[in-house]
Amino acid sequence: MKISINGKKVEAKQGETVLQVAKRSGVDVPHLCSLDWAPSPAASCRLCVVEADGSSRLLTSCTLEAADGLAVQTHTPRVLKARRAIMELLVASHPQDCLSCVRGGHCELSTLAADLGVRKARYVGAVKHHPVDISSPALWRDPDKCVLCGRCVTVCHDVQGVGAIDFTGRGFKTRVAPGFSPGLNVSECVFCGQCARVCPTGAIVERDQVDDVVAALADPDAVVVAQVAPAVPATLMEGHSKSEGVRVMLERLAAALKRVGFDAVFDTGFAADLTIVEEASELLDRVRNGGVLPMFTSCSPAWVNYVETHRPDLIPHLSTCKSPQQMAGALIREIYPKRTDLDGRRLVVVSVMPCTAKKFEAQDLDGVDHVLTTRELDHLWGRFGVDFGTCTEQAPPDPPFAETTGAGRLFAGSGGVMEAAVRTAHLLVAGSELEGDPKVAEARGREGVRRFTVTAGEAELNLAVVNGLGRLTETLDELLDPQTSLHFVEVMSCPGGCVGGGGQPYDTDVQAVKERLERLYEVDRRSRTRRAHENAGVQALYEDLLGRPLSEASHRLLHRTYTDRRPHSVQV
Amino acid sequence: MAAGADAIIAEREGELTREQMIPLLQEIQAAEGFLSAEAMITVADALETPVSRVYGVATFYNQFRFAPVGEHVIEVCRGTACHVKQSLALAQHLERRLHLRDDGNSADGRYTVVRVACLGACSIAPVIKLDGAFYGHLTTEKLDALLDELEADGDAAKPDAFPSAARAPEEQRDEAA
Repeated sequence: MKISINGKKVEAKQGETVLQVAKRSGVDVPHLCSLDWAPSPAASCRLCVVEADGSSRLLTSCTLEAADGLAVQTHTPRVLKARRAIMELLVASHPQDCLSCVRGGHCELSTLAADLGVRKARYVGAVKHHPVDISSPALWRDPDKCVLCGRCVTVCHDVQGVGAIDFTGRGFKTRVAPGFSPGLNVSECVFCGQCARVCPTGAIVERDQVDDVVAALADPDAVVVAQVAPAVPATLMEGHSKSEGVRVMLERLAAALKRVGFDAVFDTGFAADLTIVEEASELLDRVRNGGVLPMFTSCSPAWVNYVETHRPDLIPHLSTCKSPQQMAGALIREIYPKRTDLDGRRLVVVSVMPCTAKKFEAQDLDGVDHVLTTRELDHLWGRFGVDFGTCTEQAPPDPPFAETTGAGRLFAGSGGVMEAAVRTAHLLVAGSELEGDPKVAEARGREGVRRFTVTAGEAELNLAVVNGLGRLTETLDELLDPQTSLHFVEVMSCPGGCVGGGGQPYDTDVQAVKERLERLYEVDRRSRTRRAHENAGVQALYEDLLGRPLSEASHRLLHRTYTDRRPHSVQV
Repeated sequence: MAAGADAIIAEREGELTREQMIPLLQEIQAAEGFLSAEAMITVADALETPVSRVYGVATFYNQFRFAPVGEHVIEVCRGTACHVKQSLALAQHLERRLHLRDDGNSADGRYTVVRVACLGACSIAPVIKLDGAFYGHLTTEKLDALLDELEADGDAAKPDAFPSAARAPEEQRDEAA
């Protein structure tokens, strides 16, 4: 099937919309409400209108299905005039505080308005006065800045399956809010932050902790250290040459962080390796001693929040292992002051994460003081006048948390925890290493749910990977069914895993996430050590401090408990 | 809490679909007088829909109420004729005197004030309807007297106390027509 876009014939597939075909063929049709990875566009923003042969009216290309022989014009004077008017109306009631807005300089709405040629406020609408919601430690909402495009609602309901926020009210009073409009902190929100990642304005953003970090760096009585999650360097490579690996990027980031005043920079991947050794041991313990199965991973804090707020009955299924961020936080506090003379100064631990839920987790558990998302790094560089793109200086991460195996790096992507766990569990169960290339192909992929069985010696491990919370609800009953006899389930809240996390660069495209996953596979393939238990630092840690996995010391530092946090709107 | 909602949902056990959300909410409101948070949670649960969506749908429609109706219901006509005859002053006077919240309920729960488009009694504008009876040609002073009477009495409104103002609704409608 062929359609014509601006006179050029383009191949189209059955069921594709004109907007999708146009995008694929390199024609950029502006749009706010429709999202690539969400079903049924709302067609509410009207920005994607086009002229189509046979129709006197302008049609929204996000709902116009491609049909053989269809001819559309995407940038005629009539279309451009209409789009500009639509944008002028969209921003008529939008606050004019761009200079002090957190999205200043990174605002999709203002970029789009500029692209469409909005140069003066022809319409001045009434101003909204909704209260700002700063109730949660992870996400802040300013409904006055919302243009009601509905991306956040679509993502929350259709992609993540959480449904914490929706349109409420009607007409000019419409706003996006949790049910009964309280703060996010007492809603069903799990703080995954996917809404913030797709918001075109400053209406939903992460709680900004850059100032806290800047203040700590300036405090002569503070020693400030950072830990960096594996997803962050894999993301920062965007815009850089491919020959520079993830490792180089991590070292550049470490150098830049030290330049702005951090005393030490650690690799959270180290704690990922440690998590695997503990988690695989816990799994084995559960299998051998009749513990609760299947065991679910606990490294994705939005998933942990989902269990605590929506399904507290699943708490016994959650691994008691802390997430790598919290393991690292606890270990840094335990070990760093012994290795380095703090001279009476306080230790401030900052983590750099692809995730907004990590901000909640850090407040909930001890160990980490401030969490910066990948997006907030940009603001940190801005404060100190660092042009990160041109920083070529490198500094290796600091011991004793410097080393990460390929397995630890895989943590940043969907299936990565599973793959790393299989590599270590094989040794624990069968007493021998996985033979040959330790790649576990079944764990990789982009499907929502991937189930497979691994044979380790004489034992069979039934495993499942859930890629995104949205796919969980439909499959949970089956995963829990004793008939399925699953042993271990990895759940990552965000589609693609941490590399597609809610704290990652503003994005509505799946391509970038795919490329980040490829980079993780590549760095794993090139790693000298690819099994978590081979991490020499982890081995030394067990020798010097922890003794063995699941020991008393590791329970004190590396394991946690969970709380039933059901809001009153959730019944089980 | 939402006993009415529970019963209504139990009645339809097994045949509920999301399309029935609005009829369900209507039926619950008819039974309980308003939509409580508990009722909306019950509906959300029964339809396997997030609470935010039920709340979103309910707040979209003017027909749904989210607080119980007060002991006395006052409808203030804001139609064109009443508007010209200063009915806004009446509405604002009620807001101040009764300490009305955003949803039109007084803080003590005794009064519910609703602004309506037209009561169809334009000839006696500005007009209000108090517990079903019409009172016309009102001023803020007359309104105060009416409310004083009501509070002193502690009883249902007595149109007889205001012979000049009160008439049967049918009569007024004829006149307006």
